[in-house]
Amino acid sequence: MRAVLYLLAAVAVMGLAFWSYQENYQTRDALGEVRSLHAQIGAKHERLNRLRAEWAYLNRPDRLSDLAEINFDRLGLLPLMPDAFGRVDQIIYPLPDVLPIIVPIEVDSAPTTSENDL
Amino acid sequence: MIRTPLRPLARILKAREHGEDTQAIEAENLRLRHEAMRDHARLRAEGRLLVLGAMFAIAFGTIGMRMGALAGATIEEPQAAARGNPIIGQRGDIIDRNGRILATNLETHSLYAHPRDMVDPTHAATELARIFPELKQEKLLADFTGDRKFLWIRRQISPEQMQAVHDIGSPGLLFGPREMRLYPNGAIASHILGGASYGREGVASAEVIGVAGVERKFDERLRDPARGGEPLALSIDLTVQAAAEEVLAGGMSIMNAKGAASVLMDIHTGEVISMVSLPDFDPNNRPQVLTTGDQSDSPLFNRAVQGVYELGSVFKIFTVAQAMELGLINQNTMIDTKGPLQWGRFKIRDFHDYGAQLSATDVIVKSSNIGTARIAMQIGGERQQDFLKSLGFFEPTPVEMSEAPSGAPLLPRQWSEISTMTISYGHGLSSSPLHLATGYASLLNGGKRVEPTLIRRDAAQSGPRVVREDISTHAREMLRQVVVRGTASFGEVAGYEVGGKTGTADKPKERGGGYYDDKTISTFASVFPANDPKYVLIVTFDEPSENTGDKPRRTAGWTAVPVAAEMIRRTAPLLGLRPQVDSSQPIGVTLTSN
Repeated sequence: MRAVLYLLAAVAVMGLAFWSYQENYQTRDALGEVRSLHAQIGAKHERLNRLRAEWAYLNRPDRLSDLAEINFDRLGLLPLMPDAFGRVDQIIYPLPDVLPIIVPIEVDSAPTTSENDL
Repeated sequence: MIRTPLRPLARILKAREHGEDTQAIEAENLRLRHEAMRDHARLRAEGRLLVLGAMFAIAFGTIGMRMGALAGATIEEPQAAARGNPIIGQRGDIIDRNGRILATNLETHSLYAHPRDMVDPTHAATELARIFPELKQEKLLADFTGDRKFLWIRRQISPEQMQAVHDIGSPGLLFGPREMRLYPNGAIASHILGGASYGREGVASAEVIGVAGVERKFDERLRDPARGGEPLALSIDLTVQAAAEEVLAGGMSIMNAKGAASVLMDIHTGEVISMVSLPDFDPNNRPQVLTTGDQSDSPLFNRAVQGVYELGSVFKIFTVAQAMELGLINQNTMIDTKGPLQWGRFKIRDFHDYGAQLSATDVIVKSSNIGTARIAMQIGGERQQDFLKSLGFFEPTPVEMSEAPSGAPLLPRQWSEISTMTISYGHGLSSSPLHLATGYASLLNGGKRVEPTLIRRDAAQSGPRVVREDISTHAREMLRQVVVRGTASFGEVAGYEVGGKTGTADKPKERGGGYYDDKTISTFASVFPANDPKYVLIVTFDEPSENTGDKPRRTAGWTAVPVAAEMIRRTAPLLGLRPQVDSSQPIGVTLTSN
């Protein structure tokens, strides 16, 4: 009985040692990954900043107005003026789709009716 | 070790002689030997137990100490910024009210040299002079071959230049990371932003510090590591600012003016939406401060904040509004305008003769100096001073710029009766266009004092009351009449009921002794839309002259007003203001007929 207990304890110690060894190395790997992710995030931030600066530089009002002027023939862009504002009632409602003809109309009879009316 | 025999011969023989049992001797010796063996074994076992115990104690002690250390250590969050240098990326961006970037940082590199590590200084100097045309080859060579161990070559270089320097292949040319402040919009809002330069410099990094404008005023806030580069949102609208600069620059060249300034302010919040001063500069490449002559000739000079001028008739509305507030007059009271008005050796005249009397409204509409001076005499100097003080004309504007304190108004040394009279129509007191914008905003927003600000705010300011609400309404009705039938008829913009007051003041001579005949400061202070005022716009020209007629015209009605009207036409739609079209007009029918 005692021998079995000793054996079990020894196996348990070996198992735990193996487990802690693995945990240790996994932790180190994770820390290394975190470091590299942080470096990547830092680099992405830097790139984002640079892109934002570039975006702002390319969209500077002077350049945009020059571009609008150069491409006036194609785009016809003018500075926003008060007459650019409209009202909702200036926009027409969407035209209803033409309904499908289900019952055929008797074209021959149409002029007769109108003549009768007159 | 000498092993004692179990049956020593001497003792055995002796025992046999005496007839004793020899077995007893053997047993005795055997017993002694076993005892010695037992003692030895016990000693060894005890020693082993001690060693084992010590090993266990050390092992458990180590684990225990490590656990204690882990439990006692402070928790450290992994740093998000995995940059090599803590200085880099610290200065916050500056953005406009809609989040568009006005100032940001860019990673560049600096170039420095360790001449001792150079293999071929002549080649390096020649190539550097080719890459950077402003560097002299002879000087570089002298530096490289001299005693110096270290030398800066360029503070900032572009990636292309960096590659070109790499290609030289000299081990003595080195790069350091360097953060650069970038103003992507160039000269737009240059006076507001100011500029930045380097503070303490090192090979690995350099401090970026603000040198003027908002950059300097908020230097600590922008650099505060606790804020983590959080952007600073200004009240400026980039699009409006760009449109205002374009219109003002055009106006300045048409009117042949030396300089121009404009301020557009939200009258409820006091936010400066756009503030322009021309001529301007590029903050990416800030010019040097003038060491001689008049600072106001430098493009760095901010006319809207630092430029204090006698702004002229635009002040009349303050006088009339105060008199109405005090109950001395109402908008229809007839004022004596017979001229000239003699006071001691001074004579006050009007631009034209407006007859014997005018109503208070017409005093404003026709801009009668005599009428205003007479109203001011009823008010008196004390009360006039109190009122102008309550509008902020006695101290520099509290706007968030490092230059603001230098824009202190110039007041008469002694506030005599003639001062009261002249100041009532804007002469004898010099203030900046921003002061005027603040004064108009406070008067016309319903009568509550506002402080000008460059920081975005969402709520209206609730300052102390300056005038009653009905007086504010009367004042803006009068200003509307000036545009409808008075001196500012060019100020009409269809759809935006503009109200405003013109002011043309002769420039005082720099060395004293009166005023120039042919140099004026022409100002138009306007408010729109007049039926529900939202913005005030001040446009000022320095020495304008409109030369399309027979003789040069310098009055504000011919110079500042049309430019202000164009500015309102361009900026009001950008501010989201719909033109108010007369609703009786049938728009749909007009469209179909077209």
